[in-house]
Parts: sequence; structure tokens; C-alpha cells
Amino acid sequence: MRIELIRRAEQSRRMALLSPVIAVGLTVVFSAAVFLISGVDPLAGLYQLFIAPLTDAWSLSELVVKAVPLVLIGVGLAVCYLSNNWNIGAEGQFTIGAITGSMIPLLLPDFQTPFTLPLMLVAGILGGAAYGLIPGLLKTRFGANEILTSLMLVYVATLFLDWLVRGPWRDPMGYGFPQTERFNSAARMIMLGDGRMSVSALVTLVVVALMAVMLAKTLKGFEIKVLGASPRAGAFAGFSAKKMTLFAFAISGGLAGLAGIMEVSGVIGKLQPSISPGYGFAAIIVAFLGRLNPVGILIAGLVLALTYLGGEGIQVALGVSKRMSTVLQGVLLFFVLACDTLILYRVRFISSSRKAGAHA
Amino acid sequence: MLEITVAILLTVITAATPLLLAAIGELVVERSGVLNLGVEGMMVMGAVAGFGAANLTGSGTLGILCAMLAGVVMALLFGFLVLTLVANQVATGLALTLLGLGLSGLLGESFVGQPGVRLPKLEIPGLSDLPVVGQLLFAQDILVYISFALTAAVAWFLFKSRAGLVLRAVGDNHGSAHALGYPVIAVRYAAVAFGGACAGLAGAYLSLAYTPQWVENMTAGRGWIALALVVFASWLPFRVMIGAYLFGAVTVLTFHVQALRGNLPPWLPEWVGGLTQTPSQFLSMLPYIATIVVLVLISMNRRTTLLNTPACLGRPFVPDR
Repeated sequence: MRIELIRRAEQSRRMALLSPVIAVGLTVVFSAAVFLISGVDPLAGLYQLFIAPLTDAWSLSELVVKAVPLVLIGVGLAVCYLSNNWNIGAEGQFTIGAITGSMIPLLLPDFQTPFTLPLMLVAGILGGAAYGLIPGLLKTRFGANEILTSLMLVYVATLFLDWLVRGPWRDPMGYGFPQTERFNSAARMIMLGDGRMSVSALVTLVVVALMAVMLAKTLKGFEIKVLGASPRAGAFAGFSAKKMTLFAFAISGGLAGLAGIMEVSGVIGKLQPSISPGYGFAAIIVAFLGRLNPVGILIAGLVLALTYLGGEGIQVALGVSKRMSTVLQGVLLFFVLACDTLILYRVRFISSSRKAGAHA
Repeated sequence: MLEITVAILLTVITAATPLLLAAIGELVVERSGVLNLGVEGMMVMGAVAGFGAANLTGSGTLGILCAMLAGVVMALLFGFLVLTLVANQVATGLALTLLGLGLSGLLGESFVGQPGVRLPKLEIPGLSDLPVVGQLLFAQDILVYISFALTAAVAWFLFKSRAGLVLRAVGDNHGSAHALGYPVIAVRYAAVAFGGACAGLAGAYLSLAYTPQWVENMTAGRGWIALALVVFASWLPFRVMIGAYLFGAVTVLTFHVQALRGNLPPWLPEWVGGLTQTPSQFLSMLPYIATIVVLVLISMNRRTTLLNTPACLGRPFVPDR
């Protein structure tokens, strides 16, 4: 049997909406198969993975807590990917944002005013944006491949944080644990409800709305898409690809930095060697699952957050390793990319005996 | 002092070999016009498969074979998406890395903390007794020899064989290659699979020779450094080898500087002593920062880069019908 692709006359709008849904469906089928192979009742497994986290208030608020960084980073990455800039170093920009934002409570512990938190968020955004601009500038100035440089900077940022919390910023009263002092209350996010959910959820909604408007309604949004689809057409329209690269890296770095500082000032409350379970990388999956559309990314972020929670659920309830959720995230991205083919092409399966066309 | 030099050079070889193995495979992939960013994922799968198979059977050879197989399976998965389904190569490569890191963590859960199988050193009779070079070049494990042989073989294949010419033609102009009747997709599948096997070997080297144990994410970005090496080498096999050894040297430098802390040999100048006080995290950053610096330096010289860049690198191919 052969697979043949036939280019569609124009992109299929129906498939553009359906393809992420099909991908999620295939991932569910895939997880059922994995449960079956590992000797776990597939229905119980799927229930723990995808349904149980939605059944009580505590885990619903945890869902939001985990979705916030994924969505924030994801919408930033969407600007990059739409404009053909491949920033995969969001994890590093997240880390640096957390560090620059934390400078305020850690270096100025007596500065406790209503302005403390907003200033921290600004510092986080600026730190993340500056760190994001490094690969951006190296690309525009020297033509260095941004995929590799942005990724290398993740390792640098993680090691830098490790040095800070074990060295100069270590809490002297922390019993030798590698962590900083807990932030003072003026430096903590304002909590919503009893759980760990904070105003960061509202900030995220505002950012998603702003980005949706920017991409759909403004000239900047048009510029992003034109330069991404055809740099030549963009040049004729008078758009500068270099400025766009810097813009995209600054936006995505800034949003990753914002996610970083909100994570440490909200969920964690201090700096420690590990402040993210790989949000910066999972957000790449979120961006693609959401089809690089802010509203889609909001939904995709919740789906990915569900896999984190469900992963913990299957470990507690069924004794299946929570690492399975990382595998499912990777598989999900594969299915998303495979299903995206359906948007541009019709797929024909051709049996070796006779030519039979099957439309997918 | 000679002994120390030999000891340092030996560690350079162990640090360079996984980079060389992975990079030489990726070089062939990219010469065929495909950009596979999933080297890290294939490599880490090779590491876990190699460790597991060697531990179960006690045979290092079986470990190596399983590692290659794991790399090839991952590579074919990538190939199916980008070659058959024409998915975006950058995104699919990232997906392969994310999947590999996750899957290897899951599969390797029970391997953590287990003692591993170490590949034996194969001493070449006669030559291994030579002073200095004997221990350096002729008393290594099989994967080091393979890495040398692969570099020479790939250089010969690409520039001296007809099949290599076809592969480069496919990478430089897939439209023309197709028009001439060459099977573009099949050539690319073969190249991608070869890249996977090489990345698997690199992984096996890490878990069977470099540190014979399984640690989650033990590749630590080496797959990405290998990708950078291909650019650094402007797609030329022997330059990949030089690059791998330079990077190997930078990596081991950090260990040796740390080892010197507090017991500085008298013949070393004073400032080296100051250098050894650098926090270990900053020393560990060196290979990553060096990668960035090297990429910038290479990219500044656009003419040499463009000369050897496969013209169709990363561009999807759908035959007209």
C-alpha cells in the first residue's frame, strides 16, 4: 500500500478546526493501547488520566495553575512560529524572568509596597525579553541559527539559577537546602480561592485576548503572518524581517519571563534549582496543538495541563509511572503534525493491486 | 607531564566520540536535504536501549545493536512524518526530541542506579604498545574505532561514490533529481535511517562507555551540539571530526579544572589557580556557550557557509503528478 498526497486547491477550513481534535482523539486511543499492553484496565486508566482531574474543585484549580505558564509561553511562541522564527528556548527565558523578577524581594527585602508585585512582573518580562533577544540579535546580526542558540541558552540559564540558589542567594537559615528565602507577602501573587490559583489566571486571559486582537485585527498581526508565509512578499510590502525577528523574540521571551516570575511568586514562593517541569518545552506542543491561534492555545494549554495532572493521577491510583504523561505529550505533538497534513493535502491510500482512492 | 597529557587526551576522545558519531550521521541526513532536529531524542533512546539490552543479555555488542535499532525506529517515525506526510521538519524534529526524552525516561525508570556493562577496550596487538599514541589510538573500545571509520567512509561515500553524488544531488535540487529519475523520497528515507543509527551509536557510547549507567536525560544537550557541529563543519566530514574533538576538549576542560582545585601542580602559572575557583556551574556552561560562539563565528562568514549548505535543506518535497 502506498500513500499519495494531493494538494488541495485551498486550505481546508474544516480540517484546520478538526485536525487538533483528531490528534487528541488518536492520543486517547494510543494511551488506551499503552494501558492495555502494560496490563492496566484501559477504561480505568483513561478515567484517571483525562476525567478524574476534572471532578473536584481542588484539581480544577490545579489545572488552571498548570495551564497558566503553558498558555502564556504558548501564545508568545505562536508569534515566533507564525513569523518563521524558531525560538525553542522558552524554558531559559522563563528561568531568567523568574530570576530578574525575584531580584526585587531578594535584594530589597524591605521594599514591601503595593508596587512590589507589579514591579516584579515588569522585571520578569524585561528579563525574559532581554534573554530572548540574545538569539534574536545573533540571528539578525550574524545569521546564527536561532534554534540552536536559543536552546543552548536554556542550559546556561538553568545552570545560572542553580549557581544562584546554591551560592550567593541561598537562604542562610534554610538548613543547607539549595533555595532562597521565602518571598515576603507583598511579593506574592494575590491568590484566588483556597488553592494555588492566583491572579496569574486573569493576567493570562488578558494576554490571550490582547494577542488574539493583535493577530487578527492589527497591521502588526498582518505583518507577522505575511513575513512568516512569504518573506519576499513581506519585503515588497515594506516589512522588515529583521525587526520582526527581534519583535517576535522580545514578545515570546517577555511572556515566558512573565510566566516565570508569576510561577515563583505565586505557586512556589521562592527560587529553587528546579522551577519548571519543562513548561517551556511543553508550550511548543501547546502552540502547535492550538494551531498558533491564541484562543486555540488557551484550550490546548488546558489539555496539556490535564496530562500533567492525569499523569500524577495514574501514578497514585494505578501505579503507572507519571512519566507516561511526558510520552503522551510527545505522541500528541506527532499526531498534531501528522493531522496538519490533512489541511493542505488530501491523502489517498493506494493498494498495490488496484487503484482505490479513499478521501480522508 | 607527558602522562597527564595522555590522560587528558584520553578523556578528550571519550567526550568527542559521541558528538562525532551523532554529527556524522546528521551530516548525511542534511546532505540529503532533510533537517532532523531530533538527534537528541534518537540519541537518548539509543542510550536507554543500549543500556537495557546490554544489561539483560550481558553483551555489549547486543547493546550496541539495540541502540542502533532504537535510533533507526525513531528516525523512521520522523521520516514517515516529514517525507510521506510532508509535515514541518523543524516541528517534527522537536517532537522527536520531546518524545525521545519522555519515552527514555519511562523505559529507563527501572535502570536508574543499576550498574551497567562497560564496553571492553580492544588493544590492537603490536600497535597498542607504542609509546603515547599506542594507548591513545590503539587501545580504545569498538565505538571509537567505528567513529574514525565512519568519518572516513562517509567522506569517501559523499565525494567519491556515485551513490553519494546522487544523495548530494537530492539534497541540492530535489526537483532536478526527481526529473532525472532518482528516487528522492527513498534516498531521503535511507539517509534519515542512517542518521538514526549513528545517533543510536552515540547514545550507546554514552551509556556503555562514557559512563556505564543510565541517568535520565543523560545526553545533556549533546544531540543539539552535534547539530551545531554540522553547521560548524560546513557539511564536510573531516571538519566534523575536528569540531567534535574541539568540543570534546572544551567539555573535559571543565572536569580537569575542577580536579585541579586545591592541588595545583607547581609548574602551572598562578592564574590557573584562580581559574579553578570558578563555580562548577559556570564551567558546565562552557560547552553550550562555546556552541553559541562558534555558530556566530561560522555564520559571520557567509560565503563559506553558503558554499556547502545543501540548497534544499529543510524544504519539503512532493512529487508532481
